[in-house]
Amino acid sequence: MKTFRSLSRTPYYVLTGGLAIIFLFPLLWAGLASVSGQAGTAQAEGFGLGNFERLMAYGPGLGQLVSNSVIVSVTTVVLTLSLSLLGGYAFARFEFPGKNVLFLAVLAILMVPYASLLVPLYVLLGNVGLTDSLFGLSLVLTMYQLPFAIFMMRISFEAIPAELEESAMIDGCNSFTALLRVLVPAVVPGLVTVGLFTFFAAWNDFIAPLILISDATMAPLPLAVANLRQQAMGAVDYGVTEAGVAVLALPCILLFLLLQRFYVKGFMSGALKG
Amino acid sequence: MLFVVPLFTVGQMSVSDWSLLGGNQGLNAPENYTGLAKDPLLWPSVGFTLQYTVIVTVIMMALALGIALIVQESTRWNAFLRTAILVPSALGLASASLLFWGLYSPNIGPLSPMLEGLGLIDEPISFLGTPQAALWSTVFLIVWRFTGFYMLILMVGLQGISGEIYEAARIDGANRWQMFRGITLPLLRPSIAMSLILCITGSLLAFDQFYILTKGGPDNSTITIVQLIYREAFQKFDLGAAAALSVIVLLALVLINLVQFRALRDKE
Repeated sequence: MKTFRSLSRTPYYVLTGGLAIIFLFPLLWAGLASVSGQAGTAQAEGFGLGNFERLMAYGPGLGQLVSNSVIVSVTTVVLTLSLSLLGGYAFARFEFPGKNVLFLAVLAILMVPYASLLVPLYVLLGNVGLTDSLFGLSLVLTMYQLPFAIFMMRISFEAIPAELEESAMIDGCNSFTALLRVLVPAVVPGLVTVGLFTFFAAWNDFIAPLILISDATMAPLPLAVANLRQQAMGAVDYGVTEAGVAVLALPCILLFLLLQRFYVKGFMSGALKG
Repeated sequence: MLFVVPLFTVGQMSVSDWSLLGGNQGLNAPENYTGLAKDPLLWPSVGFTLQYTVIVTVIMMALALGIALIVQESTRWNAFLRTAILVPSALGLASASLLFWGLYSPNIGPLSPMLEGLGLIDEPISFLGTPQAALWSTVFLIVWRFTGFYMLILMVGLQGISGEIYEAARIDGANRWQMFRGITLPLLRPSIAMSLILCITGSLLAFDQFYILTKGGPDNSTITIVQLIYREAFQKFDLGAAAALSVIVLLALVLINLVQFRALRDKE
């Protein structure tokens, strides 16, 4: 914006550089703390992977915990993508009675606070035998991602000109094959955005597993790391906690840096039309 | 439809004697609700949640708007800045809380030694030791984690304002402050309203950060409403009371959101 171009440059760089340092410092510190030596941690002195080694051996093993998290995240992403693809397509392209009411109802779900439904969900999942189940957890997480996902996919589909499927229909597609062959490739950016947001939400969610998972071998990573720090009776092990944070954060930061423009795009469509 | 069943269940549970282990033991309305009123932690936690929400919302909105205005121009340096400020948003709130739990810790936390090295303080700061310190330490964590998110929403709004309007105002002799008040703020209102709604709702429902970072302490000074629900259900094993509190939170939140949406629509 031109209004700010006239600001003198030096204070500007000092101010913004300071901001950047404040925002990056905790991340850099956590990375450093996870490998550097501290008294009372697995890495008593010098640099090394002692904290990670201790983390590997924690509880059911780091491999098991990571695989729990991966299973939950992948299931949630796949479920959310397929349901929002079909739902978004239906809302964007078909006229059916009660369509607007139904879409409003989907958006109204966004107003229902997450936490207030966890207690009944705990009971309901117990009734159908899905407590301590990664699949049950994925279902709950999917449910909470769907409103935003359907909203995003509807916008993506509406941005595609109707002529595109009409010509596909003339070439012999029905609406399902037209969706698969012609429309899905056209909404890939929308799918990536939804997938990215869903992955972040599922990978990082804490309160749902805290309530729904009590078996330590089933715990996803955030829950396990949070429990881990209370392990050694009073003596808290900060080193191994920061190693856990590093394992939790690295995939997210890498994905974010790689797919940043899709992340930003999600906000563009969400914020402009919202 | 997946939502209707839990909604119905929470309503039913809130009027039933329902314990974590014993299950449903029949209706007892309105005991769960009246019992809540006697909980000595109820009003302190409501007060604390409101106080926290106001502090977080004011600081975060001011900071996000300021940064959004600063990093508008597309230069390489600004692109780097935007990324730096957005990266924390990629972390989960629980991971961020665990990270800061180490950062604030008296054992391995780097902050006190650094400040001592600079000669700013004489003895280590206890970041989570007093109610006030715990509150502000958590606010800092939340601002660090979420400012990029709101900056992005506001930047999208800013990009929607055409440069010609500023040009016209400049020709009419408006100074920078007049342009900000007369053009930027009014035209940015939808984005600001959306950020406000998200920020207020999110803060009222705060849980992870306090559960992990302060554990509600010191002396139960940082207990939020959602934490109270968790305690009723899984520490006192009274699912009925937790459901009653959930119903109240749900109704309050829907009401608050309706008021906010109404206010937003009136101004548009």
